Amino acid sequence: MPLPKPQKTLSFAESSYLVEVIKGMVLTMGHLVKNIIDQDRFRTVEYPDVRKPMTARYRGAHRLTVRPDGHVKCVACMCCPTVCPAKCITIIAGEDPSDPAEKFPVEFDIDMLRCIYCGFCVEACPKDAIRMDTKIYEINAYTRQDMVHNKSYMINLMDGLKPEAEDVYRHDPAAAPAGYTSDEEPVA
Amino acid sequence: MEDTFWIDFAVVVGRCVFAVAFVMNIVPLLIWGERKGAAYIQDRPGPNRAPLPLPHPLDTPKVLFQLLFGQSPKFKPYVMVRAAGLVHTLNDVVKLAFKEDIAPGHVEKFYWFIAPVIAMTIALCTFAVVPFGDSFLGYNLQVSSMDGGLLFVLAMTSLGVYGIMLAGWSSNNRFSLLGGLRSSAQMVSYELAMGLSAVVVFLSAGSVSLAEISQQQAGPIWNWNVFSPFGALAFILFWVSAFAETNRTPFDLPEGEAELVAGYHTEYSSFRFALFFMAEYANMIVAAAVTATLFFGGYNVPFITGQMLREHADLLVMLAGFGAVPAFLTFAVIAIKRQSRPFYQSIPKDDPRQREPLFFASVWGGAAVAHLGLGLLGALGMISGPLGVEINGTHLGPEVVAFVAQLTALSVKVLIGCWIFIWVRWTLPRFRYDQLMNLGWRYMLPLSLANVFGAAAWIIVKQALFA
Repeated sequence: MPLPKPQKTLSFAESSYLVEVIKGMVLTMGHLVKNIIDQDRFRTVEYPDVRKPMTARYRGAHRLTVRPDGHVKCVACMCCPTVCPAKCITIIAGEDPSDPAEKFPVEFDIDMLRCIYCGFCVEACPKDAIRMDTKIYEINAYTRQDMVHNKSYMINLMDGLKPEAEDVYRHDPAAAPAGYTSDEEPVA
Repeated sequence: MEDTFWIDFAVVVGRCVFAVAFVMNIVPLLIWGERKGAAYIQDRPGPNRAPLPLPHPLDTPKVLFQLLFGQSPKFKPYVMVRAAGLVHTLNDVVKLAFKEDIAPGHVEKFYWFIAPVIAMTIALCTFAVVPFGDSFLGYNLQVSSMDGGLLFVLAMTSLGVYGIMLAGWSSNNRFSLLGGLRSSAQMVSYELAMGLSAVVVFLSAGSVSLAEISQQQAGPIWNWNVFSPFGALAFILFWVSAFAETNRTPFDLPEGEAELVAGYHTEYSSFRFALFFMAEYANMIVAAAVTATLFFGGYNVPFITGQMLREHADLLVMLAGFGAVPAFLTFAVIAIKRQSRPFYQSIPKDDPRQREPLFFASVWGGAAVAHLGLGLLGALGMISGPLGVEINGTHLGPEVVAFVAQLTALSVKVLIGCWIFIWVRWTLPRFRYDQLMNLGWRYMLPLSLANVFGAAAWIIVKQALFA
């Protein structure tokens, strides 16, 4: 274990505080003046008006995907409630009368107050039925009941939302808005 | 006798109201400065969202037209003004006034209730002896022109510790008690250095009356006490002690939130908390005002005495009026230029905030026109001439000019002092308790004592040499 370095003895100017205090104050004043002159220096996003583009890997609110014929892809295999560390997924399985060969979820509830957004349910799903690619991060409600997202809510979650241009930015960084940085390696 | 009683009464009341209003109007400005200054020092935009709907001056013709012809308004006749976060202070006042006032069951009720009142009263009382002008129509511009002015200031700042101590003790809570204890220990130790550094000023002034000390510093700035041989060190010691007396960073141990939750005001909510909060800022203002009076000439405009202000009132008004016009026009141009900022590009086109830059441009433009008019009044010699009345053989115009000029000088000095309080708070870390005591007792007290001896010796030498 290396010995601690001997403490540096302070010079008289340093130990009298005044010089060092003034140095510090000049530094902070420099920041203040620079920020008054150029107010676009701030990295702060003025949130409700300006939004940061979310990256492709961002885990937002869950949605349930559907097959081209309109049936939900989920077959109620119970993989996701099993793997869920927060135990927030409740599935009641049933038989689809229009497609009796398949099991399907009569009810599929996710308690968003318990969810820890780990994404294990998405990993575990053998049917690509549940995804967290909505990039929705404003998950809020007035009651606890409303924080439980049910099947129809999660199927219709992406309705009316434009797909994010994230994938475009990844392949064409020139099209990305100023200040955008991707978490992923750029594709050559 | 009978007829002057009510005039004297009105003058006394007017001075009191003016002094309180002076302090209480700077408080919200300081709270804003604290937040915005902190934000800009830390490279973030700070408060800028709370809007206030205001009528747009440029809408007036449209609104008038529609009112005359009985049409219903076809547009939103208001603009959302955010004024760089100034509206947040207004929101805070409303929030604090209407919040539930909770008195915990375990507090010592009587002392707990009077503690914030004491803190606020003491903070405002200290301003009573600070002169904010030489005279107005022969009346002193000072709430109380007592002879022991500076002694009153020192006495009042010592009393200020009672508010904090009572709050800390009566809260019946160990964090509050520790905060109160620290505060009283700190204030007692720094009071000595503060008093001794003020001694230097009244040694050289030969008086403890703040009005007289201000009077002696009139004229060129080398008359200011800070430029006297021992005044500079006295100023530094006084100013550092003022930080400790007002419990500001780097001496804000009484409310060290990492150690003491919120210190002495942990148990307070609603307007009682607001009183403590305002008392802190009122103390800053008073400390800055006393420092300005003692060391920086108080209400005196640099190089211009009150006599000159009155004699050349027209010239001064002309210079100030015409000089302000380009400044306001520059502000107007800057305001218009802000329209191209990314923020205004990203919010919808019909958002009421879109018209904000134009609103400010028209306000600054209006101010420029008003100052142009003021400058013209001065250029035509109207201030000391046909405009205004004579009262008791004194013309009102020059008196008003002198009053406004000296009040502005004092305000600028006070605001610079308050800004240094804020600036230091967002630069320096907090002292440790033993470091604080070390600095107070082992460095500042001996230094201020030596300074007093030096100043006294200098006065004797000066008298021997030049008398």
